[in-house]
Amino acid sequence: MTTIKSRGTVTIDVETCKGCELCIPACPPRVLTMTTSEVNGVGYHYPQLHPGCTGCAACLFVCPDFCFEVFRYDEPVLTTITAGPQ
Amino acid sequence: MSTSVPLGPVIDTTVAPDAARKVGDLTPDLLLTQEHHMCPGCGEPLVLRSFLEALTELDVAQRSVAVLGIGCYTSFGMTMDVDLIQALHGRAPSVATGVKRMLPDSIVFTLQGDGDMVNEGLQEVIHTAARGENVTCILLNNGVFGETGGHMTATTVIGQRTKNSLEGRDAEYHGYPILIGDLLARLDGAAYVARGSVHNAGAVARTKKMIKRAFEIQRDGGGFTFVEVLTMCPTGWFIPTVDGPEYLHDTLGEVHVMGELKEGGRIKSTEELYAENVKRQHEIESRLAAGGLEEEA
Amino acid sequence: MTAQEQVLMEGSEAIALAAIAAGCRFFAGYPMTPFTEVLEHFAKHLPGVGGTCINAESELEAVGMAWGALATGARAATGSTGQGLSLMQESFSEITLAELPLVIFNMARGQQDYFQATRGGGHGDYRHIVLAPMDISEAVELTQLAFHLADRWRNPVLVYGDYLTAHTRQAVTIDRIDFGGVPDKTWALDGSTTGTRASKLVSPLGFGKHGHPNPGIEQHLRKISAKHREIEQTEVRVESGYLDDAETVIVAFGTPAKFVRYVVQQLRAEGERVGYVRPISLWPFPYAAVTEAAQTARTVAVFELCAGQMIDDVRLGALGTAPVVGIGGISTDGSGFGVGPLLDAEHVRARILAVHRGGAGAELPRLPDNERTTG
Repeated sequence: MTTIKSRGTVTIDVETCKGCELCIPACPPRVLTMTTSEVNGVGYHYPQLHPGCTGCAACLFVCPDFCFEVFRYDEPVLTTITAGPQ
Repeated sequence: MSTSVPLGPVIDTTVAPDAARKVGDLTPDLLLTQEHHMCPGCGEPLVLRSFLEALTELDVAQRSVAVLGIGCYTSFGMTMDVDLIQALHGRAPSVATGVKRMLPDSIVFTLQGDGDMVNEGLQEVIHTAARGENVTCILLNNGVFGETGGHMTATTVIGQRTKNSLEGRDAEYHGYPILIGDLLARLDGAAYVARGSVHNAGAVARTKKMIKRAFEIQRDGGGFTFVEVLTMCPTGWFIPTVDGPEYLHDTLGEVHVMGELKEGGRIKSTEELYAENVKRQHEIESRLAAGGLEEEA
Repeated sequence: MTAQEQVLMEGSEAIALAAIAAGCRFFAGYPMTPFTEVLEHFAKHLPGVGGTCINAESELEAVGMAWGALATGARAATGSTGQGLSLMQESFSEITLAELPLVIFNMARGQQDYFQATRGGGHGDYRHIVLAPMDISEAVELTQLAFHLADRWRNPVLVYGDYLTAHTRQAVTIDRIDFGGVPDKTWALDGSTTGTRASKLVSPLGFGKHGHPNPGIEQHLRKISAKHREIEQTEVRVESGYLDDAETVIVAFGTPAKFVRYVVQQLRAEGERVGYVRPISLWPFPYAAVTEAAQTARTVAVFELCAGQMIDDVRLGALGTAPVVGIGGISTDGSGFGVGPLLDAEHVRARILAVHRGGAGAELPRLPDNERTTG
């Protein structure tokens, strides 16, 4: 049992994503991963968010395709997980 | 953060959450569409976002005129909601001069690549700077002709592989790169010279501040301002997109050193800029760990 | 100055003042003989009317600066000598495709720039209206007409002068000439439409802003080409004289045309059946006038101060109905900048008479050499 605190979140416009993956290493809490099987309408893999976002906006700053909107929660959202890495 | 921490389930990111504050926008106001023709992993749109947001934040948008050079970024002309003149390859600074002389109260800036500005039009930017023309020139420097497919430019660093320097730029054979920012900083007419980069979030935020500063100086009639931005061109560098930022930092960034090269009449040495950058990186890392960067913007 | 007042003035100053009278408020140029004094006079007179003259660091930059000023809707001009205009050709092509009303002054070294002016050294399907004054008072008029036509057609107009146009003096009147209205410059930009979803784009590339009409380069080029066909139909300017029964017709433009006209008048007084055609617009070229003259002429002779350039257009106009021969030639001073010994009424007369008497195959008098060559 692990509880993960999300202080923020993002929306991702996956249809304009070109799959460059710049957001993946740019995310300080490392809570973005690329899809491995799903692709968008033009065939690119795209990022997906897992719990633990801090709302720091690093993804937004580095995304060349303007895919991210960033939000902060006034009260952190807690997610409890029971298994190991997915 | 350690990778050993397990990842939780995928969160729905298709809709904005309730009970949350938006801290960053999807698309700058001055874009007609967020779509553009750049390749995956290109750094140029990050600069596009930076200067468009700077114009909006300074409340000077509705007296702003852009002059575009020729390169990949030329296609931004279709999507930027900015009064715009398409210039010839290398010739944007002179066109900007003509505009500014006729419209002295406007904010006039050029957007040019390294092939455009430092190869084809080197004299243009130098003369415009020397004249102290009250315009801002923005350089997108990726060390290659991206549009033609990754050929060597005047800013390609020693050792950098391009389509016409396959074994890496060799000083003996190809000559040395031009450090355009350093060159311009020496001119009395240049009021502000800065070199940004888009290799990470902190650098993007800092670059935007530089562009904003340049526009402020222009707005206040301060003279010629110049912001060079190092950007990724993974297509032209023949590397995976995800490796772009590190390659940029470790090759071009080592030679074209980021920082404010000239501010308030003072020219900074490369050593000084290096030291500043190291200090800054520590600060940014601690701020990111603490939660956020958006205050930078 | 008051209306009708005549002032003895150097041609380069008259051109600058005529441009200013026409509303020109921006000039950028780079010194080059014999054009330099045009730049000097713009530099002297423009600031006084709230205009700007930039002593550009190169011709490439001069034309770029004019480009920027034009995009704001200002009347703007640049100029040089043919050699300097060679450097500007890339911009001329693109300015034409961007449909900007540039006025260009060529104070040429002789008439060696006819091809450059009418064909251009630039790329693509572009045309400039070219006006060739024969003297300073006509230069005052054609300079003002140039600004009018540039705005009317959104197309560059080149005024072709030479050493004598720029450096001799004539008593002239410089009043603003009203050529009628021109379309509003709704395309001109000043930054005020930035951020309105209706921002403007001045571009030679034929693309539009996202969500707005975007003709694409092919349609854009076709539109400009169609405009050029329309200019060809409407903007031909030509003067001719004594053509009714002329056996020999001399075609000449610019300063030499004034010499030719003088000699033709003299010969007519002596009873010789000679006439002349003087193209005032070099593009569009007055083909119809040449065609008509060639119907009745025995010989069409072209007097131009170069190896033979306009003669190509005269041949196209004559359509084979009369033989066309060149009776001019290369003639310069020792420097190559100024007037050669051939531009002398006696030489012009001798050469006209040679073809008038001997026909197209007649041997021409030897070209006079300038002193430096013979000395």
